[in-house]
Amino acid sequence: MANASAPRRIRSGQALSGWLFTAPVLLILGVFLLVPVLMAAWVSVSDWTGRGSPFASGVNLVGGDNYARLTSGGGLAASDFGTSLKNNLWYVILVVPTQTALALGLALLVNRRVLRGRGFFRTAYYFPSVTSSVAITVLWLFLFSTTGAVNAVIAALGGSGPNWFNDPNGLFHFGAQQGPEFLTANTTLGVSWWDWLGGPSVAMTAFILLAVFTTSGTFMLLFLAALQNLSAEVEEAAEVDGAGSWQRFWRVTFPQLRPALFTVITLGLIGSWQVFDQIAVGSQGEPGKTTLTPAYLSYQNSFGQNEWGAGAAIAFILFAIIIVFTVIQRLVLTERTISNAKAQRIRRAYADAGRGPASGRRGGAS
Amino acid sequence: MKTTRWAIGAFAVVATLGLSACGSGFSGGATKQDSSKPLTVLIGSSGAAETAAVKSAVADWSKKSGTKATVQVASDLNQQLAQGFSSGKPADVFYLSTDQLATYATNGSLLAYGDSLKNKSDFYPALVKAFTLNNKFYCAPKDFSTLQLIINTSKWQAAGLTDADIPTTWDQLSAVAKKLTSGGTTGLVMGGEYARMGAFMVQAGGNIVNSDNTKATADSAGNVTALDYIKQNLQQGSFALAADVGAGWGGEAFGKQLGAMTVEGNWIAGAMKADFPDVQYRAVPLPKGPEGAGTLQFTNCWGVAADSANTQGAQDLIAQLTSTSDQLAFAKAFGVLPSIQSAASEFRTAYPELVPFLNGVDYAKTPPTAKGSADVVADLNSKLAQLKSQDPATVLAATQKNLAPLYK
Repeated sequence: MANASAPRRIRSGQALSGWLFTAPVLLILGVFLLVPVLMAAWVSVSDWTGRGSPFASGVNLVGGDNYARLTSGGGLAASDFGTSLKNNLWYVILVVPTQTALALGLALLVNRRVLRGRGFFRTAYYFPSVTSSVAITVLWLFLFSTTGAVNAVIAALGGSGPNWFNDPNGLFHFGAQQGPEFLTANTTLGVSWWDWLGGPSVAMTAFILLAVFTTSGTFMLLFLAALQNLSAEVEEAAEVDGAGSWQRFWRVTFPQLRPALFTVITLGLIGSWQVFDQIAVGSQGEPGKTTLTPAYLSYQNSFGQNEWGAGAAIAFILFAIIIVFTVIQRLVLTERTISNAKAQRIRRAYADAGRGPASGRRGGAS
Repeated sequence: MKTTRWAIGAFAVVATLGLSACGSGFSGGATKQDSSKPLTVLIGSSGAAETAAVKSAVADWSKKSGTKATVQVASDLNQQLAQGFSSGKPADVFYLSTDQLATYATNGSLLAYGDSLKNKSDFYPALVKAFTLNNKFYCAPKDFSTLQLIINTSKWQAAGLTDADIPTTWDQLSAVAKKLTSGGTTGLVMGGEYARMGAFMVQAGGNIVNSDNTKATADSAGNVTALDYIKQNLQQGSFALAADVGAGWGGEAFGKQLGAMTVEGNWIAGAMKADFPDVQYRAVPLPKGPEGAGTLQFTNCWGVAADSANTQGAQDLIAQLTSTSDQLAFAKAFGVLPSIQSAASEFRTAYPELVPFLNGVDYAKTPPTAKGSADVVADLNSKLAQLKSQDPATVLAATQKNLAPLYK
């Protein structure tokens, strides 16, 4: 280390072996990820008809035509895409908060030191996550069929259950068939405001329950790992300071879970915007297209109708939506240093009380 | 340092592009023909009986011609066809439905060999028309199916009905459906989709396209009449849709005796034999509507890929598969109707119970075949499944709006 050029030589040698060792993965990622993504990007702006290579001479650049057909124009393609966005938006709005809250709740339960048979419960809650999504969707189809177990329970309680997977009525329409004129006459993305506000259909609600059921176990595991990582001293210190259990959770434990929360919500958002297998196995978008999602529509356009350009365009719009949602939640959840003015105020308040933190220290969670 | 990194990065990208190019072949161009090249036959099978019958017919041809041919059963025919065409290595011979014809014909994937068939005039004209696009007869009809009325004979007798009560008009159909409705059984249970309700549209002088498949006619008066008729009966409770009684399709509802009648095609024979062997039933012609008899026909053809390396062998194989003897063997194995007229008389004597379906070809209409029409029909189906609470005229107007641009 005495001479300046020695470390450089070692470093360049290391760089070479570094590249050498990562080369197989880079190559695999390139062939199976980068190249297909670039090809799909080209297909989304081309008029490729699905015969032979998309780079053959007969395939032309059509610019944003495929995107325009999906987002405007008022045709069937636009209203299908609008419907799929509407369906999936409600799905995300209901699935992500529910699964996050449930996962956190389960993690807190199985994290308690006094709980008997913790191992059993941890396994039981995690079980739906490791089951194949196709198998569990089929199970759901049976549970929620007209004469299935769920309706039997509802009947036993004195109610009458809906025809779950065949009921396209919006949950927030509360059985109303026709909306007020100003809602039905105006449309966004080819879907009337009345339909946008209708919430998920009864059929989609069954899928929402399915998603919450299968994913909260996985996310429970992430929360559990984070909880086990927290130091018991901080908790004890809070207890000594006289914080109640409710205060301890919201003011001490929960803020420390922020990184886990970010991971869970991000994974939840990505997963629920990309919902595909449950739809493909369970409903193929029916009833009344109320379970159509962009991911399934993209597949249907490409492989069913040979509309490869539109199919690829949907995939890229979906990608953009996921990025936007992730950035928004990143901004919301980001750890902030408190502003100078606020820090001054706190310092002054502490000084008045005769005890205070060292000046210039960063504030904790806001 | 920085330049090296970029150089390595650029090299990696070029290398991966090169590698994937080797895999899929980025270049186009005509395929060299070789009449000894082995053939692949891709089928979407209805079950073990169909698979075995096609395999044995293909094996017979293979033995006779000396050209190797293998049958592949697709789990999702449309998807596997699409994959084949886009990779440039499609199956040589495959099942192709009318609603996929336009898609693959317009992008040049299909070989239009129909006009060179020796037995072209033997095929039913309606079927030839279904596979003709821009005056080119693309592919040989494999077989066909039509819709008719299926009656549960035990329920029929239990309700005190006789052969004289078999409905020949819509009013009579409503009347018997009402009589047959009791307890857990609805008079008539059918699929809530165009491919069933369309038969009533034809009986009322409509259909969502004209008979030449050149113009969208979804909003015609006959279609409204037909849907109004079905809606009325649904509301009265003597008709029901399969999904509303918890069945996957009309045949399942019929087999489970949730419905005493259904509207289905000749494929129901196989389903009844396999799943509900105890249910007594018979097929009768659908009643006549205000504009006479009407039904829908469905057909597949033997498609040949333009990119096949042995198109001559493929056509020879198809000539054998559409011959009278092979078609009668298929009819025996899985209950399809032969697509050639010369097989009709033998079929009638061998399968009297399927004769109403065969007679349907005289007055059957074809569903729309334009590129993109499958999407429009899917959209219509999603509304027909809720027909009870929909306004038929509004539903049909929306379909017309979606269908009309496809015929421009």
